Amino acid sequence: MTTMREVFARTVTEVMATDPRVVVVLAEISRDVFPTTDRVINVGIREQAMVGVGGGLALSGLRPVVHTYAPFLVERPFEQIKLDFGHQDVGGVLVSVGASYDDPVWGRTHQAPGDVALFDTLPGWTVHVPGHPDEVEPLVRAALAADDRVYLRLSLRTNARAYPVAEGFTAVREGRAGVVVAVGPVLDRVLEATRGVDVTVLYASTVRPFDAEGLRRAVRAADRADVLLVEPYLEGTSAHLVSEALTDVPSRLRSLGVQREAELRAYGTAEDHDSAHDLDVLGISAAVRRMYNHGNQA
Amino acid sequence: MTATRETGFAGIPALFARMTGDEKHEWAAASTLDVLWVLYDRVLDVSPERVDDPGRDRFLLSKGHGPMAYYAVLAAKGFVEPSLLDGWTKWDSPLGQHPDRVLVPGVEISSGSLGHGLPIAVGMALGLDIQRGHQRVVVLVGDAELDEGSNHEAIALAGRLGIERLTTVVVDNRSGTHGWPGGIAARFAVEGWEATTVDGRDQDALHDALTLPHVGAPLVVVAEVL
Repeated sequence: MTTMREVFARTVTEVMATDPRVVVVLAEISRDVFPTTDRVINVGIREQAMVGVGGGLALSGLRPVVHTYAPFLVERPFEQIKLDFGHQDVGGVLVSVGASYDDPVWGRTHQAPGDVALFDTLPGWTVHVPGHPDEVEPLVRAALAADDRVYLRLSLRTNARAYPVAEGFTAVREGRAGVVVAVGPVLDRVLEATRGVDVTVLYASTVRPFDAEGLRRAVRAADRADVLLVEPYLEGTSAHLVSEALTDVPSRLRSLGVQREAELRAYGTAEDHDSAHDLDVLGISAAVRRMYNHGNQA
Repeated sequence: MTATRETGFAGIPALFARMTGDEKHEWAAASTLDVLWVLYDRVLDVSPERVDDPGRDRFLLSKGHGPMAYYAVLAAKGFVEPSLLDGWTKWDSPLGQHPDRVLVPGVEISSGSLGHGLPIAVGMALGLDIQRGHQRVVVLVGDAELDEGSNHEAIALAGRLGIERLTTVVVDNRSGTHGWPGGIAARFAVEGWEATTVDGRDQDALHDALTLPHVGAPLVVVAEVL
């Protein structure tokens, strides 16, 4: 199957042929999937310069795409993201691969479960977390055509099917006992874990801006304002926005995601890490039972 | 919001005097004064009427700390109204202790955190290369600012890419704690920059250095203010 990274590179290359504003900045990673042109700039293993150069390209009037592995795009040069894009008041498209633990044999250095939470400390960023390679092309095309600040979080994890790219939540399943929010590639596991449970399942490939109105609508249509938030990155990353959306409704919230408490120091597979964080079907099922079974029996 | 008349270099002290700031920063501001004056008076193709003209030269004050000399020169050249200097750093003033490009006409980057201007300048120069422009990009850093590793990523990259439109001015007042044995210019030269060192108080020497030919390579001017 074609990966999200391959779709991203192919789409950017296609758009570059017709849009002279688009320019790519790399730090070695993915250098072989982009064409050789003066509009693909490989700065070497220099991530601070990579983001700074991206900001400078934007200041010159171009539309930079800045891309590397997630920890080296978001965490290492985080101040450059804050200042060289946000504080300069310019836009850009930052695209990561690797996600929370796509390649766990490489250990902690190549894991970035905190990336979306870090973007939450900065104003004005749109955050896309696609759940299928087919969702990547429309997200990339829209991002390249705009002028704003966009973070696109690509992963090797994927759902079995793509959903039409929407700005807010898409109701994949409707029920009465409450609302489960699934972001990006966790959707299939959420659907499996909620099979036979009378809940609404909302899916998002775009989490920032957060579709507060879509969540309120789903919660109002249910019998109970019980929300289970399942995200493929740091647990509770969107919890503050769920709380904010439901300030006028007495509600209950449980968040699943990459757990914050301990560094695992384990290798293995991405599925092993899902299990460790209760992000596999078993773990999500347990949370679903605890949250909604009481409501079903009442 | 632009001034109606320009002031010569002789008017700078009066403009300086309109700003009252933390006294310990004044030396830092003053170390950049002659470089800034020569750039705005004799080198850069910029004017208050053309702050949004894509064809203008770009000056990036990376060492944003101690911006009084910068503000004084911008006021003298008509980019900001001199009366704004009286209220600098107040709540509703566009002029803070670190410049903000969103607030001040003619300011190309918002700076304050060290080590950001040079990588941004490299990107800006590459972007203008791609767009086939003829503008110069000049970035001013301090000798202690070079402690930040991000500069060295950019110095190596710009040298290796041979970015001709890029000039870095290093104002060297020996403020770095650990210093640069062998000199600052050598560290740029070894990466492929055309490098020259001049007296940072000698305006004619600064002008000559800032207009040195440097075909196929970026230029660094180390302006010593000792």
